[in-house]
Amino acid sequence: MSRFVERHPAWALIAIIAIAVALWLIFAVWPPGLEEAIGRKRVFLNAVFNGITLGGLYFLVASGFTLIFGLMRNVNLAHGSLYLFGGYVGYAISTATGSWLLSFIVAFILTALVGVLLQVIVFHRMEGQDLRQTMVTIGLSIVFADLMLWACGGDFYQVQTPNWLIGPVELPLITAVKSSGEPVYLRYPMVRLVIFAASVVIGVSMWLALNRTRIGMIIRAGVDDRDILAATGVRIQLVFVAVFAFGAGLAGIAGVVGGTFQSLSPGEDIRFLLASLVVVIVGGMGSIPGAALGALIIGLAEQLGSVYIPTYAIVVTFLIMVLVLAIRPQGLLARR
Amino acid sequence: MSLAHDARVAVRPAAVTQRPARTWPEINNPAAWIVAVILVVMPLIASGFFLIEIFATTLILGIMALSLMFLAGYGGMVSLMQLTIAGFSAYMVAVFGISGNANISLGWPWWLAVPMALALATAFGTLGGALAVRTEGIYTIMITLAIGAAFYYFTNQNWAIFNGHTGINTVATPHFWGVNWRADIPFYYVVLAVAALCYFAVEYISRAPFGLALQGVRDNPRRMAALGFNVNAHRVAAYAFASFIAALAGVLQVWNYRQISPGSVSVGACIDVLIIAVVGGITRPIGPFIGALIFVLLRTFALDFLVRLGLDGNRFRLLIGLGFLAIVFWSSDGVIGLWQRWRQSQRSRDDRQGGGRGHG
Repeated sequence: MSRFVERHPAWALIAIIAIAVALWLIFAVWPPGLEEAIGRKRVFLNAVFNGITLGGLYFLVASGFTLIFGLMRNVNLAHGSLYLFGGYVGYAISTATGSWLLSFIVAFILTALVGVLLQVIVFHRMEGQDLRQTMVTIGLSIVFADLMLWACGGDFYQVQTPNWLIGPVELPLITAVKSSGEPVYLRYPMVRLVIFAASVVIGVSMWLALNRTRIGMIIRAGVDDRDILAATGVRIQLVFVAVFAFGAGLAGIAGVVGGTFQSLSPGEDIRFLLASLVVVIVGGMGSIPGAALGALIIGLAEQLGSVYIPTYAIVVTFLIMVLVLAIRPQGLLARR
Repeated sequence: MSLAHDARVAVRPAAVTQRPARTWPEINNPAAWIVAVILVVMPLIASGFFLIEIFATTLILGIMALSLMFLAGYGGMVSLMQLTIAGFSAYMVAVFGISGNANISLGWPWWLAVPMALALATAFGTLGGALAVRTEGIYTIMITLAIGAAFYYFTNQNWAIFNGHTGINTVATPHFWGVNWRADIPFYYVVLAVAALCYFAVEYISRAPFGLALQGVRDNPRRMAALGFNVNAHRVAAYAFASFIAALAGVLQVWNYRQISPGSVSVGACIDVLIIAVVGGITRPIGPFIGALIFVLLRTFALDFLVRLGLDGNRFRLLIGLGFLAIVFWSSDGVIGLWQRWRQSQRSRDDRQGGGRGHG
C-alpha cells in the first residue's frame, strides 16, 4: 500500500479524494442543491447498497471461475451453466423441504459433484490444451443449457426467502431530515445484507485458506508452476479435482443466492458467465482479491448506471473493462 | 508460454498439410471444379426454398465463419465477435439505408449505405481487435465474447439508433438495371459471388507475404518480433481484414432477412459461428462453408428428423452441442480433419494390400 503511494502519488491522491467524496455522499445529509441536481439520497443509497450486494453475488460466481482458471488455465465457459444448475437444485430443494439453508448445502454438493465429473471425465484427458478445453466448455454449456431448458422449461423461478429474513431492516444511515427535524433512516432488505455478509465471510475464509494453510500453499504453488509442483511429489490431479469441485460448488451456491435475489430462467447462465468474465478481466485473472475488487466495481457500476444513466448501464460496465484493458491489460490486481 | 504453445497445437496440421507451392491449389483438383459447377448451376436444380434458406444462408454463415477461420487458423486468435461485426454492419445498412422504421433510417441509397456500413463495421472490428491483441490465447476468447455480449445488450437497450429489442424491420433491398436483386435467383448469385470473392481472397492472402508473416506470428510471436516484424500490427491488420469479410456477410444477411434485431447478434449466435468454423475445420478456407452447410441442414431438418425418431423436436441445440463436443473430442480439425484421416487410412490400407499382393 505504502509502496503504491510512493510510486504513484498523484493516483493515490485521486483515490483518497474519491474515497472521501464517496464517504461524504454516503454519510452526510445532502444539501438541497445536490438533491435537486442528482435526485434523492435514498435512491443513491439504495443503488449503492444494491451494487455492493450484487457485487457480493458476482464475487461468489467469479471467485470459483478465477480459482479454476488460476490453477488449471481452464477458462470454464460452462461456469454460468453450473450457476444456473445450482439455482435450479436450490429451488427444487427449498420448495420440497422448505429449508433455505439446506438448499445451499445440497446445491453446493451437487454442483461440486458435477465439477468433479467434468474434471475427471473431460478435462483430465486434455490437460495442457487450453484452447481445446475452452472449446469443450462451450459445447458443454450449450448441452447443459438445453438439458436444463428441457427439464425446467422456460419459466421464471424464485427461491423462497425464509421468514426470518423477510422484511427490511433500518440502517443507521440518514437519507433525509424531515421538516420537523426528525431524521429518516435507510431501510434495506435484510436478506440482501445477510447474503452479502455471507459472501464476505466466504471471501475472507478463502483468502485465509489460500494464504495460511497447507492446501492453500499447494494451490498457490500450482498457480505459479504446476509442473514443478507435480515434480515435488504433490498429487496434483487430486488438487485439480478438489479445486474444480470447490469452484463449481461456489457457482452452485451463487445460483441459490441469485435465485433468492433475482430469479432463475434460461439465459441467466450467459448473463452470469459474462459478468464473471468482465469481473475477472477487470480484477485480474486468477486472483481472489482481484475478483473481489472487480465484483465490487462491476456491481456498483451496473446499479449506479441503471439508476443514473439507464440506457447505457451495460455500456458503462463495458467501458470499465476497456479502460482496464487499455491501462493494465493483466487486470487491476494481477501480479504479473 | 503455455498459451502460445496451445495455440500452435490447435493449428499444427495446417503446417503439415499445406503445400508450399505458390499456385492455386483448386486448379488441379477435380472435386473443386465439380463443386464450383454445381454451385453455379444450382438455381436449375434447387427450388426457391432450398436456394435461399439452405444454400444462400449456408454461404452467408460460411462467410462469417470464414472470417473467424482466417483469424483462428492463420492468426491463432479465436475471436467470438465476428458475428457482432457482421451484425453491426447489418444494423448500419438498416440505419443509413431505407427501412420501415423511417424515424431511424436515414434513407440513403444502397450504394452509399453499403460502403458506409462496410467502413464503419471494419473500423469497429479493427478497434475491437486492437483491444483484443493486448491479450493472447484464451484471453482473446473471453474479451471478444465480452465485446459481443456488450453489443447485444447495448442494441437491446438503445432505442435511438438500434431501436431496442424490436430491431429494424422491412429493410429495403437494391433494385437496379431492372433487376430485383433480392429475388431468389439474382440474390443467390450475389451471395455466391461474394462468397467466392472472400474465399479466394483468404486463400490468396494466406500465401501472400502478409499471410505468411501472420502465420509466423501465430507460430512464434517472439521470434517474429526478433526478426523485425511488428507482431501487433500484423494481428490488428488481420482483424481489419477479417472484419471486412464479416461486414460483407452482415450486409448480405440483412438483405436476406430484410430485418435485423438484437436476437441476431445474441451471444448464442456468436458462439454458433465458432461452432460452424470448428466443426468445419479451421485450417482451410473451405472448412467454414462445410461447417455452415452441416449447421444449416441440422437447423432446418433436425426438427422433422427428431420427431420422426419419436423424440422431442425442440432438442435441436442439444444435437448441435453434442455434435460439436464430439468433433472437438475426436478431431482437432473438424470434419476436414476426419475426412483427411479417413482418406489417409484408406490410402495406407491400399498400400498395404498392394504390397501384400506384390509379395504373394
